[in-house]
Amino acid sequence: MKNDAAPIRVMMTKLGLDGHDRGVKIVARVLRDAGIDVIYAGLHRSPEEVVTAAIQEDVDVLGVSLLSGAHMPLFGKVLDLLREKNALHITVVGGGLMPDEDVAKLKEMGVADIMRQDSTPEQIVATIRRVVAERSDA
Amino acid sequence: MAKVAPMDLVAGVLKGETVPIARLLSCAEAADDASRPALARIFEHTGKAHVVGITGVPGSGKSTLTAVLAEEFANSGRKVGIIAVDPSSPFSGGSILGDRIRMADIAMNPNVFIRSMATRGAMGGLSRGCLDAVDILDAAGFDLILIETVGVGQDEIEIVQAAHTVIVASAPGLGDEIQAIKAGVLEIADIHIVTKCDRSDSNQTIRELKGMLKMGDLTKFIEGWEPKVIGTSSLRREGIAELAAAIDGHRSYLETSGEIVARRRKISETRMLKIAESLIRKRFYEERLGSISELCGQMERKMIAPDAAARQLLARINGE
Ligand code: B12
Ligand SMILES: Nc1nc2c(ncn2[C@@H]2O[C@H](COP(=O)(O)OP(=O)(O)OP(=O)(O)O)[C@@H](O)[C@H]2O)c(=O)[nH]1
Ligand SMILES: [Mg+2]
Repeated sequence: MKNDAAPIRVMMTKLGLDGHDRGVKIVARVLRDAGIDVIYAGLHRSPEEVVTAAIQEDVDVLGVSLLSGAHMPLFGKVLDLLREKNALHITVVGGGLMPDEDVAKLKEMGVADIMRQDSTPEQIVATIRRVVAERSDA
Repeated sequence: MAKVAPMDLVAGVLKGETVPIARLLSCAEAADDASRPALARIFEHTGKAHVVGITGVPGSGKSTLTAVLAEEFANSGRKVGIIAVDPSSPFSGGSILGDRIRMADIAMNPNVFIRSMATRGAMGGLSRGCLDAVDILDAAGFDLILIETVGVGQDEIEIVQAAHTVIVASAPGLGDEIQAIKAGVLEIADIHIVTKCDRSDSNQTIRELKGMLKMGDLTKFIEGWEPKVIGTSSLRREGIAELAAAIDGHRSYLETSGEIVARRRKISETRMLKIAESLIRKRFYEERLGSISELCGQMERKMIAPDAAARQLLARINGE
């Protein structure tokens, strides 16, 4: 059980060449202000780097922000690596800019949820709490 | 995936497997009673690692230094575990842990494991569960454990109760700050680092620091170890090999002089007493809530002095 003694841990990061970092920083602050521990892993990371870091940090949620349009291959790679490294206990949540049809596909592939533009702080916090509560091993 | 019991992670930790190590670290951080037996088993396998604390004012370059130092050790084949502590927000209890960003170059090194921890209300520059985390990394076979404390100012010197070798990082251009922190933090250093020595004002800082150490408390000289002052540039990777050698030198000094025995004893003692303190506090609240409010009431009416009230509380918990 996740309780007060064990705050939720979320890693926030961006993959590839995408330099739009306003969103990822805002989300990090929103989550911190909701009592969550946020590990900020920075920009321009590779899928290998974030998966390695997420496993070492044992985060509940790996949050990836993407506005570059390269979300399909990048999320695919992240999910493959988590599977390969026996780390599917880590939930992936996405955010940023992507079309409806891609959101549907990403959810099918295993991304727990996608929060796009105009998501309110309340919605973001509620979504993170919900996906953590839904974790089968939490 | 089924919920993993802490005890089931122990075997994997002892084999040095990443996922069990990471998950048991979370149990240690949660500090729930359910993980005590597993942590006790882990404790039996500790005592091999050398624990290095890296402290200094905010922004002095601790994370960047920790990363290049870890790389130096890892490249010579040693396994390095890093615990990077950042502060929790006193308002929400949440945190943004950013030390890892400075460690990107070593994040994929197979000899390096990095874990970020939030202070969670713990005072003194370390996190709650930090010493249990050190145990886990030690038992998992890491040769060196580097603890980066939160940025400290005056008296957050708890790192001396956790580390065998303490490094204090000072940045150039912070002359006044060095003055300000000398009372507490500078005196705990086994090794002083002046960081960012690619900057032109660094020589002056080294001079000032050396001058201040000459004037200061000399107990460490008497003990036989003269705190070194080393200039480093993490950007240019200068002074890093020298620092690694100084850490190994300090370790051999501790062992040949027998000083390590005293340090270990100090660490055991403070660790045990702190746990005992928190257990007593917990018992007060669980068993003596009535007594607490009764005695507070008496204090407010000036019927009993604070010291006498505390003694009565203690007497009551010892089963009157
Ligand atoms: C500001 C901006 C910039 C700034 C970025 C400043 C910065 N440091 O962030 C600058 C001027 C630098 C810039 C540059 C470029 N940009 Co620009 N930029 C924008 C713009 C106008 C707004 C983005 C923004 O900051 N939004 C505000 C933040 C807060 O919103 P957000 O990131 O979506 O985050 C929210 C949610 O999505 C969610 N969220 C986000 N991530 C996550 C993650 C998780 C886990 C969760 C739960 C939630 C979550 O929470 C946030 C709060 O609600 C958009 C247009 C638009 N309407 O989006 C274009 C846009 C993103 N840019 C675009 C382009 C093309 C570029 C450039 C390539 C332009 C060029 N040719 O040079 C460069 C590339 C820069 C780079 N290295 O990547 C395109 C992208 C097109 C695409 N994806 O196919 C856009 C859509 C404009 C357009 N219509 O063409 N850009
Ligand atoms: N010029 C120069 N800048 C450096 C060097 N090392 C670190 N810095 C810069 O100093 C700033 C702080 O570095 P950090 O390593 O994050 O410092 P820190 O002490 O860990 O900071 P906190 O964890 O926030 O207390 C960053 O902007 C670094 O890029 C160096 O060797 N030379
Ligand atoms: Mg730091």
